[in-house]
Order: sequence, then C-alpha cells, then structure tokens
Amino acid sequence: MSVLLDHLPELWQGLVVTLQLTVASSIGAAVLGVLVTAMRVSPVGVLRAMGTAYVEAFQNLPLLVLLVLAFFGLPEIGIKASPLVTAIVVISVYEAAYIAEALRSGVNAVGKGQGEAARALGLTFRQSLWHVILPQALRTVVQPLGNIIIALTMNTLLAGAISVVDLTEEAKRINLVEAQPIPIFVGVGLIYALIASGVGFVTGRLERRLVMVR
Amino acid sequence: MSVLFDEPGPRARRRIRIATVLGVLAAVALVALAIRQFAANGQLAYERWQPYATWPMWRYLLDGLWSTALAAVVAAALSMALGLLLAIGRLSERRWVRAPSAAYVEVVRVIPALLLVYVVLFALPKYGLDLPLFWKLVVPLTVSNSAAFAEIFRAGILSVERGQTEAGLAVGLTRGRTMRMIVLPQAARRVLPSIVSQSVGLLKDTSLGFVVSYGELLYSGKVLAAYNGLVIQTYVVVALIYLVVNASLSKLARVLEQRSSVRA
Repeated sequence: MSVLLDHLPELWQGLVVTLQLTVASSIGAAVLGVLVTAMRVSPVGVLRAMGTAYVEAFQNLPLLVLLVLAFFGLPEIGIKASPLVTAIVVISVYEAAYIAEALRSGVNAVGKGQGEAARALGLTFRQSLWHVILPQALRTVVQPLGNIIIALTMNTLLAGAISVVDLTEEAKRINLVEAQPIPIFVGVGLIYALIASGVGFVTGRLERRLVMVR
Repeated sequence: MSVLFDEPGPRARRRIRIATVLGVLAAVALVALAIRQFAANGQLAYERWQPYATWPMWRYLLDGLWSTALAAVVAAALSMALGLLLAIGRLSERRWVRAPSAAYVEVVRVIPALLLVYVVLFALPKYGLDLPLFWKLVVPLTVSNSAAFAEIFRAGILSVERGQTEAGLAVGLTRGRTMRMIVLPQAARRVLPSIVSQSVGLLKDTSLGFVVSYGELLYSGKVLAAYNGLVIQTYVVVALIYLVVNASLSKLARVLEQRSSVRA
C-alpha cells in the first residue's frame, strides 16, 4: 500500500478530476433529462417524437463511441474544446437519456385518477403538475436516479480514453512507473466503491424519507 | 392519453399547433447548423464520404462488427451462466453458499468495468497469466456483467409466487427439482426483456476493445481513421452501425415485454 501513499498528490489530482466529471455531468444530465422528459410527456406530438428519438439514440450508442467521436471528430468541423469539457458535455448528453427514461416512468407511475382529480378540482395544468403529479413522480424515482448517478460515476472512467487524466488514468500512469498493479488498482477500486456507496447511502436515506405506500 | 392532460379543446389545439411549428423549426435549425459546420470545414466533400459506399470499407467494418458480436455473445453466455449460479447461490438456504455469492455480487457491482479491464491487462500478466487478446476483453466483461445478470435472475426467481415452490415440494419434488422444473421456467419468461436490455448494455461495453486493442468495431474504426484520415466520417459510420444493431435488439426487448404482459 506504500505505493499509494508515495503517489498521494497525483491520486488526489485524479480524484478531483473524477469528482469534477461526476458532479458537472450529473448536473448537466439532470437539466437535459428534465427537458427531454418534459418533451416526452407534452401534448405536442412532434416534441414527443423528438424526445423519444433522443432517448432511443443515446441509450443505444456506446458512451465510448460518443466520446471518441466528439473528441476526434468535432475539431474537424471547427468545434474545439478541452478534453475535460468535451467529456462533461458528452457524458451529460448520454446520461440524460437514462434520466429522462427514469423520470418518465415516474410520471407514468402516478395514477391516472390523480391527474383527473386535480383537473376536476379546477387546477390549471401547471398547478396540477406542480402540486399533484411531480411530488408523487419524484418519490418513485429516487432509487433509480441514484443508480443512474452511480452508473455515471462508473462511466467517467472512459474519459481517460480521450486524454482526461482522471483517477483511473492517474492510476494507470502510476502503474506504468511502479509496476505494482494489484495495490494500485485495488486502492482505486475502493475509492470508486466508496463514491458509489456514498451515493447509494444518500438516495437510500432520501427514499426512506420520501417513499409513499400506495 | 397521459395522466397530465385530457383531450385538447380548441384553445389547446391552437397552442399545440404553434408548439409543433416551433419544435419543427428548432429541429430544422439544429440540422442546418450541423450541415453548415460540416460544409464550412470541407467535411461534406464527395470524396470524403464516397469511400463508405465501397465494399472493401464495409467488409472491413463488418469484420469489426463480427468481432464485436463474437465477444458479446461469448461474454453474454458466460456471464448469464455465472449470473444464474450466483442468483441461486444468493437464495440458498446454506449460509456458506449465500454469503460468498452475495459478497461477489455486491463488490463487483460497484467496480467499474474499465478497472476490471486494467486488472486483466496489467495485473494478471505479472502473475504469469497473459491471456489472449480476445479474453482480455471477454473476461472482465463477463465478471462485471455476471453481477448484473445475477440480480436480474434473483429478482425473477423472487417474483415467482411462493405457492409455486410450496406446491412443488408438496408433490414430493426435491428443492433442486422444484427450482429447475417449476420456478426457473416461469422466472425465465419474466426476466427475458431485462436480459435482452442487459445484453444491449454488454454489447455497448465491448467497445472497451478500443482500450485493449481487440479488433472490434470501435477499434476497427480507430485503425481505419488513422489509415484514411477520414476521422469524423469513420466514427459517424461506426456510431450508426452501433445504433442500428442496438436499436434492433432494444426493439426485440420491447416486443418480448409486450408479449409477456399480454399473457400475464
């Protein structure tokens, strides 16, 4: 384990990059995901179709293909960004499809009678969405959203393939010098496990507080 | 209709028409912007796309797709077998079977697949186990997907009503035969859609061949782009192939889901 202590500064740097990727992409994916969900549940057919196409496309493309396409391809059409920014944007766009799918299933899980009751009471569309549908929908998706954030964390590793020096990439580089793969990769694996269980713990607590028995 | 709205009235219909026009305009603007960006940088030139209408190029990419399929099928078969064992292990009555199965699943689930690839790539050779290229991709994929399949199978087995097991035991079957003849066939039918969508995920994971230099589709694209310099064209074509293959599989999962929900 001393090999890890010797390289603490690099590992710390890598961890910071990994956390940057995770937090920034989570926020990006959440914003985009809400937007796509709004399109998918809207009464406008064209928007619904576009939302569905978005989810279909990005759920069926490997993230690594998107990263490589963006990193090597976009400069060719005059769009240049740093690897870190490219990775954050691509991961956000990719994970937004999964978030949209989870949110939509949450909206669908709300009983039809709830919406009808809200309208029967004379609530406007926005009022019934805000006071009746969304609070119920969000409660059912806490756990799935947590799982998506965990998957997102695990996916940030792929940024290493487009020269973002995240935690795993640092570990790989340290290993090239030290040639002690077992302690290095086990140590790094533990850090990812720690992040994942942290997210799991928070969503578990949230869910227990919010969950509603129907 | 969704929970959110009723059949639209005249005013709502007008608003929907306006939103439709705006939506179409936004989509057209986006596509136009992309085309302009491609054209401004000379990426729409005929000779930059024409190679992808020729057979040698496609034969090369289809070779890559074949390697992708091979890795995906082998990894899927192995991880399903391992996953089934783990699922049954987790449900066992014996603690010494249950505990290690549970530990394996819980640990593997929080380890990123790429990290497993690195372990196979860097750590195993140090201990004298230098696998062939194909297995350097398939082994880590098997390990990481077996945990996911185990959870799918476990959920499926648990979803079969207890009465089914009790009935099996009541007519004198052993626990093993009850599981094999009564519970598993019913569970298998229920988890079929999840298995197909997990397999789509596995197929997507084979793109990690990019990292180990195994000649699957994405790596083939990398080699091709380095050779002919048509970077964006190559990766766009590669992405489209992935999209077509995976979307077909996802469609299959939905059909299966609908069929099983009709029957239930």
